[in-house]
Amino acid sequence: MYPVALASSINCVETDLTADFRDQFLLTYQHMLLSRVLEEKLGSLYRAGGRIVGGVYLGKGQEAFSAALGVQLQKGKDIYGPLIRDQAGRIAFGEPIIDTVRTYLGAVTGPMRGRDGNIHRGRPKEGHMAMISHLGSLLSVVAGGLFARRLAGTLADSIGATSIGDGGTSTGSFHEGLNMAAVEKLPIIVSIANNQYAYSTPNTRQYACENLVDRAAGYGIEGITVDATDLASCLKAFRTAVANARAGGGPQMIVGTLLRLAGHGEHDDASYIPDKARQGPSARDCLQVAEDFARDRGWLSSAGLRELNEEVRRNVDQTVSKVSKEPAPDPFKENWQALSCAELVEGQHEA
Amino acid sequence: MSITYLEAIREAQYEALRNDPSVFLYGQDIATFGGAFKATKNLSKEFPNRVFDAPISEDAMVGMAVGAAIEGARPIIEMQFADFSSIGFNQIVNQAATLYWRTNVPCPITIRLPSGGTAGSGPFHSQSMEAIYAHYPGLVIVTPATVEDAYWMLLDSVTLDDPVIFCEHKFLYYHLKADQIGDRELPIGKARIARPGRHATIVTYSAMVHEALRAAEELQLDGYQIEVVDLRSVKPMDTDTILASVARTGRLLALGEAFPWGGVTAEIIARVTTDGFHLLDAPPMRLNSKDTPIPYHPNLWKAHRPTTSTIAAALRRLLRN
Ligand SMILES: Cc1ncc(C[n+]2csc(CCOP(=O)(O)OP(=O)(O)O)c2C)c(N)n1
Ligand SMILES: [Mg+2]
Repeated sequence: MYPVALASSINCVETDLTADFRDQFLLTYQHMLLSRVLEEKLGSLYRAGGRIVGGVYLGKGQEAFSAALGVQLQKGKDIYGPLIRDQAGRIAFGEPIIDTVRTYLGAVTGPMRGRDGNIHRGRPKEGHMAMISHLGSLLSVVAGGLFARRLAGTLADSIGATSIGDGGTSTGSFHEGLNMAAVEKLPIIVSIANNQYAYSTPNTRQYACENLVDRAAGYGIEGITVDATDLASCLKAFRTAVANARAGGGPQMIVGTLLRLAGHGEHDDASYIPDKARQGPSARDCLQVAEDFARDRGWLSSAGLRELNEEVRRNVDQTVSKVSKEPAPDPFKENWQALSCAELVEGQHEA
Repeated sequence: MSITYLEAIREAQYEALRNDPSVFLYGQDIATFGGAFKATKNLSKEFPNRVFDAPISEDAMVGMAVGAAIEGARPIIEMQFADFSSIGFNQIVNQAATLYWRTNVPCPITIRLPSGGTAGSGPFHSQSMEAIYAHYPGLVIVTPATVEDAYWMLLDSVTLDDPVIFCEHKFLYYHLKADQIGDRELPIGKARIARPGRHATIVTYSAMVHEALRAAEELQLDGYQIEVVDLRSVKPMDTDTILASVARTGRLLALGEAFPWGGVTAEIIARVTTDGFHLLDAPPMRLNSKDTPIPYHPNLWKAHRPTTSTIAAALRRLLRN
């Protein structure tokens, strides 16, 4: 087992490793690997220039924490509100990677049709909420979906889940949303990826409590912490939280400690992160940690890994080359309407 | 030696900090990192304890600026993007904007909004919010189009005893350069004739001034002389300069990058038709973005906002009328 530095954190032990747990671990690892390879591709497309206009925001180092939540959710049943660093969680939730690529390249065929880009994507009617940039503002939206289901009597044991970073917890929206969800006792998982920086801003300029999980008590909700570089512990933490939420335990806060192993966006070299932090325990690469964990237990062989890697790369390359041939949006074919009621759309006020 | 629009903003903040110990800067990532756009580069080194990284709490950032101003400070707040100022909206329009009127205590704060569109930035990193804030009594709304104005109007904003919304255009940050910063020419509230002409007037502000100037060049080839008025501040709006220009040309195109409903261009037309109807030889025209959120893909983005060619086309129609 990997040592977990934090007190009161959920820690996976050998007796947790049932066959079912192992299967979920391996499935999640595949999602993480696909996410990593896809994001590397997006990064190289960005650096090559031309194809991606605008930023590229990667979740490198956060795949375990992100995917461990996504994999607990059931698409078509649960509501997921992912954020910036949740490529892995989105894959685990069931978003096809072609949606990612189409959104980054602005293809008309994608879910956002070139209107919005990169991480700002989703299919709300499939329970995948499309984040706006304004941090913290998705929590109440996910809560609203659950609230409506309860009113309609369709909630059953479905849940919602949403993510945020350490920085995003400083928003009024986050506080209002979580307080409301707590008052309404909604079954919502609030996953906080504490990667210790918000862009360049360290935690010391973001909040003054010892650990963000200390806030859970203030909201009157369950809170747990986990070493977010350790997939096994992440899975255990989210399994516990999801079971609690499905059983009517109200909002569940999970705080994961880790480090973002990329810039804020690909334009950023993150030189503000000191070497000390880069060499600390939170800087472990979760993908490597998971791989070692699986190998040590004989769950993965070198040959199996090689095969998996090849398959994942092929998948990513094929997807990117397919999307590259798809049409870019045509402003003359674009339907310039922001209202669904076409009869209420005004003229464009153009001279 | 040359200086960009962005560097001018940095230099103005340097000067403001140097001139007045009651000035401080508060905003996300603005200290050691120097800001998302580097508008505060090295300022925290040069002015320790006067440049602070803020938590991601726009509402609180504005509220604290108001409180500090009451105590005699002159805070400059940087929003990382204009779009995020919507989170501080309540504090801006209800707290800051009403303070003087309600209590007779002035509110000298400056809120910098990196505004406007750049390709690939999408609906939440591209907005122009000047009209929203201009609607509320008690705020000054500044929209510089030149390097000089970016510099002098920011310095003026900080010394002004009222809350200023300083809309700096991201598209101009790196592209727009001047050899040097000249002398202060006009105060906030006065418009500038950016190009003299006699066949039609374009009234505009911020980055659209440059599109308008390019369109005017294009029309010059057809033998038309287009006057371009740069408003510099949209509130107060220099109605006299606008009317004097329309008196010379008889034709008006009001141009802005913001959404079409209401807004600065509507205000320009309203003023000219109420106070200068007799000056017009043709119905006034206005050109704005389309009435949808700002799209991500460059193809859509370019078609969403006015460009040199759509402005030139509008001018041709205006001149035919
Ligand atoms: C309300 C709001 N203010 C500012 C921003 C600009 N912004 C985008 S990401 C970011 C940092 C986010 O940090 P954190 O929440 O810790 O997430 P991380 O990037 O570390 O995953 C900032 C300031 C924003 N998106 N929303
Ligand atoms: Mg963070």
